[in-house]
Amino acid sequence: MTPARSTNRLWLAANAFGATLRRDLVVTRRELPQFLVQALIQPMFFLLIFCKILPSIGLAAGNYAALLLPGIVGLTELMAAIQGITLPLVLDLGFAREIDDRLLAPMPVWLVAAEKVLFAAMRGMVAGAVIFPAAWWVLGSRYAVRGDRIGVLIGMIVLAGFAGSGIGLVIGTVVKPEQISLMFSVILTPLLFTGCTYYPWSALRTIRWFQVVTLFNPLTYAAEGLRYAMVPEMHGHTMATLPMPWVLVALAVTLALCFGFGTRTFRSRVVS
Amino acid sequence: MLNDPAAIEVRDLVKRYAKSNVNAVDGVTFSVRPGEIFGLLGPNGAGKTTTIGVLITSVLPTSGSAAIMGLDVAGDPIGVKQRIAVVPQQSNLDRSLRVREILTFHAAYHGVPHREREQRADALLDELGLGDRKNDRVARYSGGMSQRLMIARALMHAPDVLFLDEPTNNLDPQSRLFLWDRIRALNSQGLTILLTTHDMSEADQLCGRIAVMDKGRILVNDTSAELKKLIPGGNAVELRVSLPAPESGGQILEALRGLAGVAKVDELDAGAPPASDEEMGVVTYRLYAEKAPALVGPATQAVLLAGAQVRDLHVKQPSLEDVFIYLTGRHLR
Repeated sequence: MTPARSTNRLWLAANAFGATLRRDLVVTRRELPQFLVQALIQPMFFLLIFCKILPSIGLAAGNYAALLLPGIVGLTELMAAIQGITLPLVLDLGFAREIDDRLLAPMPVWLVAAEKVLFAAMRGMVAGAVIFPAAWWVLGSRYAVRGDRIGVLIGMIVLAGFAGSGIGLVIGTVVKPEQISLMFSVILTPLLFTGCTYYPWSALRTIRWFQVVTLFNPLTYAAEGLRYAMVPEMHGHTMATLPMPWVLVALAVTLALCFGFGTRTFRSRVVS
Repeated sequence: MLNDPAAIEVRDLVKRYAKSNVNAVDGVTFSVRPGEIFGLLGPNGAGKTTTIGVLITSVLPTSGSAAIMGLDVAGDPIGVKQRIAVVPQQSNLDRSLRVREILTFHAAYHGVPHREREQRADALLDELGLGDRKNDRVARYSGGMSQRLMIARALMHAPDVLFLDEPTNNLDPQSRLFLWDRIRALNSQGLTILLTTHDMSEADQLCGRIAVMDKGRILVNDTSAELKKLIPGGNAVELRVSLPAPESGGQILEALRGLAGVAKVDELDAGAPPASDEEMGVVTYRLYAEKAPALVGPATQAVLLAGAQVRDLHVKQPSLEDVFIYLTGRHLR
């Protein structure tokens, strides 16, 4: 009953990787409406309250929208990427074991983790990208994004997606199912508030200790890199952000460390 | 074909988990020929799951070696994964996919071409009696259907060796008989099967050879018939006799002991009070012998000659369960 089949290990592994990615895309396409709603609800409310309601009642400056939007894009993207990999992994490695079928596919174990990272990064990128039309619709005349750094913008969205899914891989392989709610408050909440989402990094120079704290959060670099690519010149001034080389190096290092550590913990969870 | 590699070859396999001070698998050696159904039996914690874990590349051996179709599990896990399939004890079906997709995606992971996997999915779903439920979600499947679906999934990439972990655990009798038939049919097509089970009749029915494991070691490895010979005096004739008078019991016992070929005669429940009035004067004798069936005639005659009546008589064969308990003891794990 044995058919003729390829014995080229490289081809087998590449094919298994591709088929696994296709499986994830098929499943996501089927639940696309839920995915988009989940990705958009929170950023839409943020933009509505902070960029429309608060300026209208005089509690925030009118140009705050231009500063906040890049932060919201970075935050949404990172969170969508983390959620795209963390929860499925925690449940799968904990008890569902649906991942077994892919672990038994003819590919190295680390490649199964790599596929998860790639797929979650793609989810993050889509979640970040769909904010632009949504923001345009919510903000109306307050929508302001510069158009001359589109290449940097695309690069930042890609990099932020991978950084997020790398972090998600680590969390997903370290956290046990019974610790899920603890994870949200202990890991995600600090990430959320120290990531320069709601304030530009340079504005923190008067609170030096907090400015230093934010440098340990990868979200800071994603948000600042997006500000560099998105915030238009105001009164002839370009907005001061973290230098781009810092941003790129920090996000690349985050991804490399997380991927290296995450694939190792993944392996130790599935191969004993 | 003596030069063909064994389907499964395990040599001096040892596995000690981190933070443990005993070996979960402690020097196991066995081999399974292509086309065999091999049973791995043992109490919980005997090391069966770890042994299979090594063979399916999810456990790294501490020392020793294991190979599938001549491919080393540690050295070539990708090649090994291409040749094996695993049906686990508990469902690990992909609940995000529809039933038919579970099969086609599994085949896609293994590089089966598109047209071939579509055809094979339909054929296997029909074969396993799931043809009219192929677009369901797995959530709507019963335990028996999930089990059959996992077997269908395992066959999608035409493996050489199939691992079945307690395949009929928790199934109704109909599903169990159906699966036994399917397992035999697959084996007759040349598939090598390694199965673990606690169900001794299952092992007896299906397995050509059986290895009994305990405490990380293989205690015995042989055919079911040979294993049953391990029990000393395992063959016996049991006679229930109603005595004409209480004192004739001793006379019958003597007569039975005098029969040719009898190794030993026990009077069961000797000295115990009778369970009911009807049991008054009824005694059960067990005659152990190499060839117990040959004693049926002479033993009946001896009882009748003493003026007693035979109420019941049967030849007692040792079961695989007797062998299992004899080898691994009665205590709970």
